[in-house]
Amino acid sequence: MKTLLIAECREGRFLDTNYELFGFAEKLGAESAMVLVGRQDDLPAFSGKLYLADAAKYGEYNPDLHKKLILAAVEQEKPDYIVFGHTSYGWDLAPRVAAALKAPQLSEVVGVADGAFELPSCNMKMRRTVKPNGAPAVLTLQGGAFPVLKPGGTPQVQPLEAAGESGVNFLGYEPAVAKDVNLTKAEVIVSAGRGIGKPENVPTIAALAKALGGELGASRPVVDGGWVDHAHQVGTTGQTVNPKLYIACGISGAIQHLAGMKKSGFIVAINKDKDAPIGEVADVLVVADVMQFVPALTAKLAK
Amino acid sequence: MKILVCIKQVPDMESRFKPDSAGGWYSDTDLAFRMNEYDEYAVEQAVQLKEQLGGEPEVVVLSVGPDRVVEALKKALAMGCDRAVQVQDPAAHLKDPWQIASAIAGYAKGENFDLIFTGLQSQDRGSAQVGVTLAEILGFSSVTTIVGFEYADGTATVRRELEGGLKARVQLKTPALVTCQLGLNVPRYPTLPNIMKAKKKEILTLPMADLLHEEARSATVSFYPPPKRSGGIVLEGDVALQVDQLLDILRDKTTVLR
Repeated sequence: MKTLLIAECREGRFLDTNYELFGFAEKLGAESAMVLVGRQDDLPAFSGKLYLADAAKYGEYNPDLHKKLILAAVEQEKPDYIVFGHTSYGWDLAPRVAAALKAPQLSEVVGVADGAFELPSCNMKMRRTVKPNGAPAVLTLQGGAFPVLKPGGTPQVQPLEAAGESGVNFLGYEPAVAKDVNLTKAEVIVSAGRGIGKPENVPTIAALAKALGGELGASRPVVDGGWVDHAHQVGTTGQTVNPKLYIACGISGAIQHLAGMKKSGFIVAINKDKDAPIGEVADVLVVADVMQFVPALTAKLAK
Repeated sequence: MKILVCIKQVPDMESRFKPDSAGGWYSDTDLAFRMNEYDEYAVEQAVQLKEQLGGEPEVVVLSVGPDRVVEALKKALAMGCDRAVQVQDPAAHLKDPWQIASAIAGYAKGENFDLIFTGLQSQDRGSAQVGVTLAEILGFSSVTTIVGFEYADGTATVRRELEGGLKARVQLKTPALVTCQLGLNVPRYPTLPNIMKAKKKEILTLPMADLLHEEARSATVSFYPPPKRSGGIVLEGDVALQVDQLLDILRDKTTVLR
């Protein structure tokens, strides 16, 4: 069995998360080759075949040309599986490759099951096992679902070229807005989610954070809604944190949020939904109305 | 100018999900359905663009599914879309993303749309495939995960959200498709007058069989709750008691209260 792993390069660097692709290939018991649109001076540590295209020439986001580069590597490699991370790069590019190959695509794989794959659904409350009809199949892997594996060694580089027009023109990156709140150094973070009900309830959550000597965090929906500034956002598109204590208030636990906080030392979740996915990572799940429980906890701490 | 918005109707994600009798998807019984959250941003962006261009563009909203999806279409019409298309299929949940995209393309290819808006993904299946696949079939340029959208003279300039707070500025010419991320805009609530106005708008019903001529490329084997992680403590009951129990645990297991 053969996998073609599609690596991702960001601002000139080979991303460490690419090594999860090797973790997946090992779980599958497959041989691997890798495709990278990246830089000659930052190559992955593995001794297999690396199809390398120059990011200076093809850009870091140029889906039309990256698709062609990957198709050229597929042509040579004839893999059983073409594997991406389920990231902004992978979910953008994978369906283009699948459409060109008339291949099945399975998104956000979290497990392997005898020729089939386990995929999350319904905000991770449920799972599906799905079998691709035929090979090659295109897969995207959920971040963190497979272990980081650094095979070590030096790759055999095979240059990759493609020609053609691109309908999508990358103008440049906008840097992340400077954070005046550094959650990464906080020992305690108390985060507000949509379950707190309304923006007027944010101070109640902030009061608990203060009582514990910690910082206020937030999930994406309350940031998008303008209830809390983006500087407080925890998750893949915010900050990744690992405080000694993380208290999630009314946060259901979307994967993007869990990825940003699951390495916390001790996790408490307060949620009225006993089946909320946040329960999967919580050391303690308090099943309660967050706006009843939090003020009661803050009051007790003040005594 | 002609704009298409593709929306899906999904269950409230706070529901309890049970497998249906076939064991491949959830049972509809006892579930409350609503418009997929990502798609609300897609509808809003299309309507904002129509307003920006003085009302000239026609905005068509499309959904695939059983007759209950008409409720989601009516909401989109009340938000400002001009007319609706239901691709009628009581068995839409058995189709894979390739088939759904193919069916939508079957409708869209004769309609000469300039711009298509979809959500980044659905909340229930979450494949994030249908939008991009539709663009590939139609030969449109496409960009996913947009959190900013501007349009002028046949060119869309968008902001793509990447990991870690980084964003990319990207330009693409029509015909184009974009998939919308949460936070792109602030989706409006339909007002009562607009809900009344929407009742007069056309909802066209097209049978799935007329649009879909493709086989599935993947098959669902089973649908089940994930294995529960053991070890987590669950506190239920009286709030005052829960507070005391939690404080005891925190004193025992962490150093933050010392």
